[in-house]
Amino acid sequence: MSFLPFAVAAWLLLVGLYGVVTSRHLVHLILCLGIVQASTYLLLLAIGYLHAGRAPIFVGITVGTPAVDPVVQALTLTDVVVEATVSALLLAIALQVDRRFGTVDPDAIRELRG
Amino acid sequence: MTTPLLGLVLAVPMLGAALLAGTQPLRRRLLAEAIALAAAAGATVLCGLVLRLAIRRGELVYWFGGWRPHHGVAVGIAFAVDPLGAGLATFSGLLTIAALVFAWRHFDSVGHAFPALVLVFMAALIGFCLSGDLFDMFVFFELMTVVAIALTAYRSDQRSPLQGALNFGICNAIGGFLVLFGIALLYGRTGALNLAQIGVALRGAPHHGGALVVVAFGLIASGFFVKAAIIPFHFWLADAYTSAPTPVCILFAGVMSEMGLYGLARVYWTVFAGPLGADAGTIRPMLVVIGSVTALGGGVMCVLQHLPKRLLAFATIGSMGLFLIGFGLLDAGALAGVAVYVVADGLVKAGLFVCVGILQHRRADAGSLRVRGLGRGLRFTGLLFAVGALGMTATPGFGTFLGRSLIETAASSRPGYGWVPYVMSGAEVLIGGSVLAAWARIFLGWGPDDGDERAGESAEEGDELEVTSERTPAVLFVPALMLVAGGIATGVLPGVGRLAVSAAARFIDTAGYAGAVLGGHVAAVHPPRPAGPSIEEILVGLGLTGLTALFGLGVVAPRRLPFGPPAVRTFSRGVARRLHELHSGHPGDDVAWLVTGAAVVCGALVLALG
Amino acid sequence: MRTWLFLVAAAVLAAVLVDGLAGLPSFGHFHGVDGLTLDHVTVRQRHATDVITAINFDYRGLDTMGEEFILFASSVGLVVLLREQRSDRRQDARDGPAPPGGDARDPLLALVGRWGVAPIIVLGIYIVTHGQLTPGGGFQGGVILASALITLLVTSGGRGPRTIGRHGALEALEALGAGGYVAIGVAGIIAGLQFLSNFLPLGTAGALLSSGTITSLSTVVGLEVAGAIALIVAEFVEQGADSGTAR
Repeated sequence: MSFLPFAVAAWLLLVGLYGVVTSRHLVHLILCLGIVQASTYLLLLAIGYLHAGRAPIFVGITVGTPAVDPVVQALTLTDVVVEATVSALLLAIALQVDRRFGTVDPDAIRELRG
Repeated sequence: MTTPLLGLVLAVPMLGAALLAGTQPLRRRLLAEAIALAAAAGATVLCGLVLRLAIRRGELVYWFGGWRPHHGVAVGIAFAVDPLGAGLATFSGLLTIAALVFAWRHFDSVGHAFPALVLVFMAALIGFCLSGDLFDMFVFFELMTVVAIALTAYRSDQRSPLQGALNFGICNAIGGFLVLFGIALLYGRTGALNLAQIGVALRGAPHHGGALVVVAFGLIASGFFVKAAIIPFHFWLADAYTSAPTPVCILFAGVMSEMGLYGLARVYWTVFAGPLGADAGTIRPMLVVIGSVTALGGGVMCVLQHLPKRLLAFATIGSMGLFLIGFGLLDAGALAGVAVYVVADGLVKAGLFVCVGILQHRRADAGSLRVRGLGRGLRFTGLLFAVGALGMTATPGFGTFLGRSLIETAASSRPGYGWVPYVMSGAEVLIGGSVLAAWARIFLGWGPDDGDERAGESAEEGDELEVTSERTPAVLFVPALMLVAGGIATGVLPGVGRLAVSAAARFIDTAGYAGAVLGGHVAAVHPPRPAGPSIEEILVGLGLTGLTALFGLGVVAPRRLPFGPPAVRTFSRGVARRLHELHSGHPGDDVAWLVTGAAVVCGALVLALG
Repeated sequence: MRTWLFLVAAAVLAAVLVDGLAGLPSFGHFHGVDGLTLDHVTVRQRHATDVITAINFDYRGLDTMGEEFILFASSVGLVVLLREQRSDRRQDARDGPAPPGGDARDPLLALVGRWGVAPIIVLGIYIVTHGQLTPGGGFQGGVILASALITLLVTSGGRGPRTIGRHGALEALEALGAGGYVAIGVAGIIAGLQFLSNFLPLGTAGALLSSGTITSLSTVVGLEVAGAIALIVAEFVEQGADSGTAR
């Protein structure tokens, strides 16, 4: 049972990649990329978890009370911003692809080859 | 040990970028160019000063926010700078200046966004080179990727940049996630993000830390291999580098791909060399074989290319294979060779890209398939291109030759790796020959008519250009000249080899690095004195260049030589078509190969070391 | 077929990942030295009760600067990417149907636009400025502030992004935020310390004006994020407005 969160993270990574590989719609592809992103958040946060640990916010709580790892939470915050921006850019490209190619099916976008 | 220069080296390009974005409503092109060049030049000068200091003191450590480590625990982020890192950062700065100067005339309206993005890219490159913190490196890695996506798709009114940027973004994002997975594993084991601290925590663990450390290494390697376009993680690169604006290609091919390998090398020698050092004998052949496949594969793909930018893209892949071979030998001498080779190759390739840009500038047709004879009449450009092509073939006199000979010396002195020089030479013949063939095709008009030779290639759309002019402006020609000259300078200036070997010796000193970062004392390093290339090596090098020229002749004008029975020709055409189809430009294909590569790398490591 | 290739590769990778993940400390029993140290010292060293914000804006402030510039680069790039289109689409869009955002005379939307925006802005400012005390900070608050701008955009009906000012204003806001972060960092050097050192007075833990530069950096990031996110959304909405008439 204690391995479950990590297993779910690995599962999300692979399922997301499956979605990217088999996608027939660019927006769907980028959303699947988002699932892969989510796997990294889950992994980081699961690593930092402490049973019976509080949030690392010490308002009215004495310092020294067991708290979960704050570093992974800060990393996840950074991670979320990074990956939201990548998605935004890729979606903009998808929008342009729709205009220039008339389709968002990756199979139909064959401008560059060889 | 510490210097405020390191605090400013990121601030200058970033402030420049913010200033450019903020002054956008003013829409003054001259102002934009001035700010951009000032920021780029300023940052490069700072990096150069840092380099000088790093050479003198060995290792510079700068703790941001003043958070020095206590009892080996580092909660802050540090820049840990050795000569190799500082050298690469300075090199990035020089290429950025070249790219900005080139872009000035290449685009007819640059706006504020382009130089702002280039400055942020420069900051990412510098930060990546100098950082001593694993997650910080990841942040700069992602910054590089995001800016590169935007720069690749800059001409978004055309189709191929969109496809190139899409594949680039998807593959490099996945590469970043793989690296992050590895970082998370390492954090879970050690509770640290500082490279030195992780290395110390993992050092001396029984059974090299178990499968976790091995898997983390595999994932981080795979992620960096995507950036470095190692086969089979490479399928995104050709599309992206072909369709990106040419000034941007200077940065991509000259230094961004190489950052992938730099990242792996840095992480290996600070974190993994401790637990996995005893298994170097197992890891070494894996890396060298992957590098060889990439070098030869890139070379073969080069032969099949006619479009100059696509050819240079595959040449980049081939070069990355050679660099990986050098790194994979896990040896100071080879690493020194890689350092010299990277700089020289980057300079020469940048010069070749500028030549292509001049071609586009003078001839409106440069994006079409009809490149044959396009450059006829551009004599100086043709001469520069030819010299650059010689640089790509590692002709004696160029820094590429010096780098190659250092790597080959290291390989030959290691039992069981005597075959490496042959592979390297083979790849160089393929790559260099293709570039020479392209020179003959473009500037001399040789070669058969456009026809069945090009299965599967499609047209590259032109960049946004000024109207074709009668003379090549100096602002385009001078950078090309200086870049190619730089490639020669790295080969003939005295002391380059010695400096590289000493820098490499410090780079691989895991314990010394940890001592400097966590303890504050810089150990002395005693590198071996490298012998310069011997007369024998120079003669062999010249012979290889001759062989390359012959091969190039065979590529460009197969009917002028006895080519072989028709069966051979049909077979090779079939192979060529299969290879072209493999590079389909479909993101799903690219990712499928990427995952396969990751599975192979991680699986092999776990089987061999787990 | 690429799916088969992928499935085989994914199976191998799954086995590898499980092997690696098994080496982690079991879930809930993590005692990472960096995290433990920070949980113990942050309140004393920085007078900040939210350790995560302190990490983001002080201990690991350089990461946040990089992250801020990722957002900056993404929005600048996106504007360039999508702006190419506007000129060649405007011609066709002139007689098209109304852009999304609905009819400006819809009473509910007008109500939300008039009365709903101010509370969102107040909430955003609260989150940004209390980052060092309670969960929140520049990024979270910035997104809330951006959503206020976006609400204005969506409820203003036919007038579209011109309601929130030309994009130049948003870009300037963003540049101010990005440059401001670096400037505060440089101020640390001028104060005789390192880049991004916390050189302002630390105040008392739990008070609004505490923990030195953490508050200033958080504010600056809030501005940048608000500008960037609003810009990104505005660009997308505008593209939707234009393409609603195409084909």
